[in-house]
Amino acid sequence: MSVPNPSTVTKSAAPGTVPPLFGLVLAGGRSTRMGRDKATLPYGDGTPQLERAVALLGRHAAGVYVSVRADQAADPLRARFAQIQDIHENIGPIAGLLAAQAQHPENAWLVLACDLPLLDDASLAHLVSRRDAARTATAYRSSHDGLPEPLCAIYEPRSREPLSAWVAAGKDCPRKFLSSADTALLDEPNPRALDNINTPTEYGAVTSAKTKRITVQYYALLREQAGRRDEALTTTAPTPRELYAELAGRYPFSLAAAVLRVAINGEFGDWSAPLKDGDAVVFIPPVAGG
Amino acid sequence: MTEETSVSVFRFSHTPVETRALNAELADPACGGYACFEGWVRDSNEGQHVRHLEYEAFETLAVREGERIIAEAIARFGVRHAACVHRVGDLKVGELAVWVGVSAPHRDEAFGACRYIIDEVKHRVPIWKKEHYVSGDSGWVNCERCADPAARAGAPAESHPDPGAEDHVHHHRR
Repeated sequence: MSVPNPSTVTKSAAPGTVPPLFGLVLAGGRSTRMGRDKATLPYGDGTPQLERAVALLGRHAAGVYVSVRADQAADPLRARFAQIQDIHENIGPIAGLLAAQAQHPENAWLVLACDLPLLDDASLAHLVSRRDAARTATAYRSSHDGLPEPLCAIYEPRSREPLSAWVAAGKDCPRKFLSSADTALLDEPNPRALDNINTPTEYGAVTSAKTKRITVQYYALLREQAGRRDEALTTTAPTPRELYAELAGRYPFSLAAAVLRVAINGEFGDWSAPLKDGDAVVFIPPVAGG
Repeated sequence: MTEETSVSVFRFSHTPVETRALNAELADPACGGYACFEGWVRDSNEGQHVRHLEYEAFETLAVREGERIIAEAIARFGVRHAACVHRVGDLKVGELAVWVGVSAPHRDEAFGACRYIIDEVKHRVPIWKKEHYVSGDSGWVNCERCADPAARAGAPAESHPDPGAEDHVHHHRR
């Protein structure tokens, strides 16, 4: 290996100097299709989505800001959080990122839309753990169309210049920007995590698919593959069958549901029995006593 | 005929099992027959040399299911007392892994009930066995060959292509 010329070694490529990762929740949208402010929509226990998104992001970033338009700064919900006001108008979500990069050019930004109520910690943890700071961005590949998901993605400081040039050229689609840039693309561990909610119908579908708090215990091979003995999680899975599919998207389970049995609250149960809030679920691998 | 109630027990032990004490629990003047089965850790399985074993159980449900099996055996075979103790934890070759004991007025029922209990326990009770081989490998018995890398684990139950499994009984019968 040749010794690199120091003048060509960029700061972000050097080991030990990965730019700090901050979170940015985009709350500057106009919620036109929803007909009401998406940031205030309650989910789960009634917490407004903006508050949920800030809390979620706060568990994976060094700090969190909320991106707002100037005329939204005094809004009571938005005023509760550290804000960054847009500099550009009418260029959509890229405006929020450009403003954040202008204020803190040394930071990488984990940008999150404010309309992803199904996004979970595991999906963010996976994104952060697979972040490639040597690339322009790290993003999920949409499970719907295979294109980058720009509004749950990490933008490195090096994205600032090409992004500004992109906007200066009259373009404003962040998805096309990521497609054209040097973006590290990941498969989604939970394919529903990035389903965004834009209309009253979509909102109704998500909130009526009741979220439940479920505890899951893992034994034997599943315990090893999940890397844990148990967990408490929130899910919209209607039955154990969908719950196992959801978990199989998160962990490298090698056992098909067909060879498992399921127990609910300490007794053998049915794969298609409705899950209730507070249920304790155990997926039972093929047994081998004696 | 004595009026004392039947011994009907399924339990786990995290330490080596003392069979003499268990045997004494089943003693009854009305019983002329006693049968027991002991399962020991064998030093090989399917061509692999086994160094030691690890048993793990979902104990809450396992005790329930085990007690159901014992009650079924007593009812079906008309035996007086029946018990089963299963080890969990790390076991060396030669150690006792499972003990079944049955006492009855006559030997036929005792043999039948004992056989029934060990067979049902192996098939129904949520206990898992991990074999650690001399080669350094290890594997969960009955699970490794269920693994189906071609299909996503979350795929619907109907689509579970597993061409290598014809000779392999999945121990799930209900």
